[in-house]
Amino acid sequence: MAMSWIWLVMVGASILCGAATGRMEDVAGAALEGANAGVELCLAMVGVMCLWMGVMKVMEKSGMVDGLSRCLHPILSRLYPQHAGDGQVMGTVSANVAANLLGLGNAATPLGIRAAQLMAGGGGVATDSLCMLVVCNTASIQLIPATVASIRQAAGSTAAFDILPAVWVASAVSVTVGIVAAKVLARVWR
Amino acid sequence: MMSMVVPGILLVVAAWGMSRGVDVWATLVEGGGEGLQTAVCMVPTLVGLLCGVYMLRASGALELLEGAVAPVLTWLGIPPETVGLLVVRPISGSAALGLGAELIQTYGPDSLVGRTAAVMLGSTETTFYTVAVYFGAAKITRTRYAIPAALCADAAGFLAASWAVKWLFGA
Repeated sequence: MAMSWIWLVMVGASILCGAATGRMEDVAGAALEGANAGVELCLAMVGVMCLWMGVMKVMEKSGMVDGLSRCLHPILSRLYPQHAGDGQVMGTVSANVAANLLGLGNAATPLGIRAAQLMAGGGGVATDSLCMLVVCNTASIQLIPATVASIRQAAGSTAAFDILPAVWVASAVSVTVGIVAAKVLARVWR
Repeated sequence: MMSMVVPGILLVVAAWGMSRGVDVWATLVEGGGEGLQTAVCMVPTLVGLLCGVYMLRASGALELLEGAVAPVLTWLGIPPETVGLLVVRPISGSAALGLGAELIQTYGPDSLVGRTAAVMLGSTETTFYTVAVYFGAAKITRTRYAIPAALCADAAGFLAASWAVKWLFGA
């Protein structure tokens, strides 16, 4: 439903503004031009998307998620002190984070949902660890943002992946602020 | 240095896969087929979104919005052109992708605005969608501070993206 509203607002605002500024003809042309641009963008993205999905499939099949999640286990125990001793919860959470890092969204979401269900324990009220899990999953920690890189490639970038360091810095800041905010709010928001 | 990242990942993943007895080539091709499907499935979504965004741009509505928030965003160090992205990013992943793609095409992928939009897309998630999926699956109705904390992370991501691009690529 959210998308239907966004669509309605986009079209409505364009017509209002276009009529007010006398650019209705441009708006009409832009509608069709945009539709073409959508197809061209997708076509130009196909190469990088195919390559990257193939690499991700190899990561998945060769058990990279398991390997990485074992390394993450000790660090993550500190984020979820209530579950530090629970092997099943921590294993699922570690695998969720590992899949997120590798950009395997299709693997990360079911793992995250499983972890959320294990943490919930009934009652309908979000526990501190459940809030932490959600905050960590709403912050992107993907190491290789392949979709964005393929958009840049499609637009004719000279080095589509040169944004990686900036993405890592921004992701690290975002996750850190999220974790700190969650830890602080956990004390005051009962 | 950066030119080693992509070839390096290709090599490491292939070597790791071989050592685990995975048929790397067949898997690569199989995954590529899924990538093709994903791209094809994105066509109708992006057609609709770019149609809308192009209309907004042509009507002058985007300039109006940019002009209205420019003083605040400029003061924060965020390019005002990204205002639409800031609003839509936490609500809809595909709408954000459409807006981001339009910015990258209009201003150029290697421009300050284009790079900032790309980094913003790459370092944040569709917050409200994720919250709905996780709390829905765990049958949670009282979400306490999860949404405010997640939105703090988004805001920090937007700021950090703008600053990181300025710092790393100069402007």
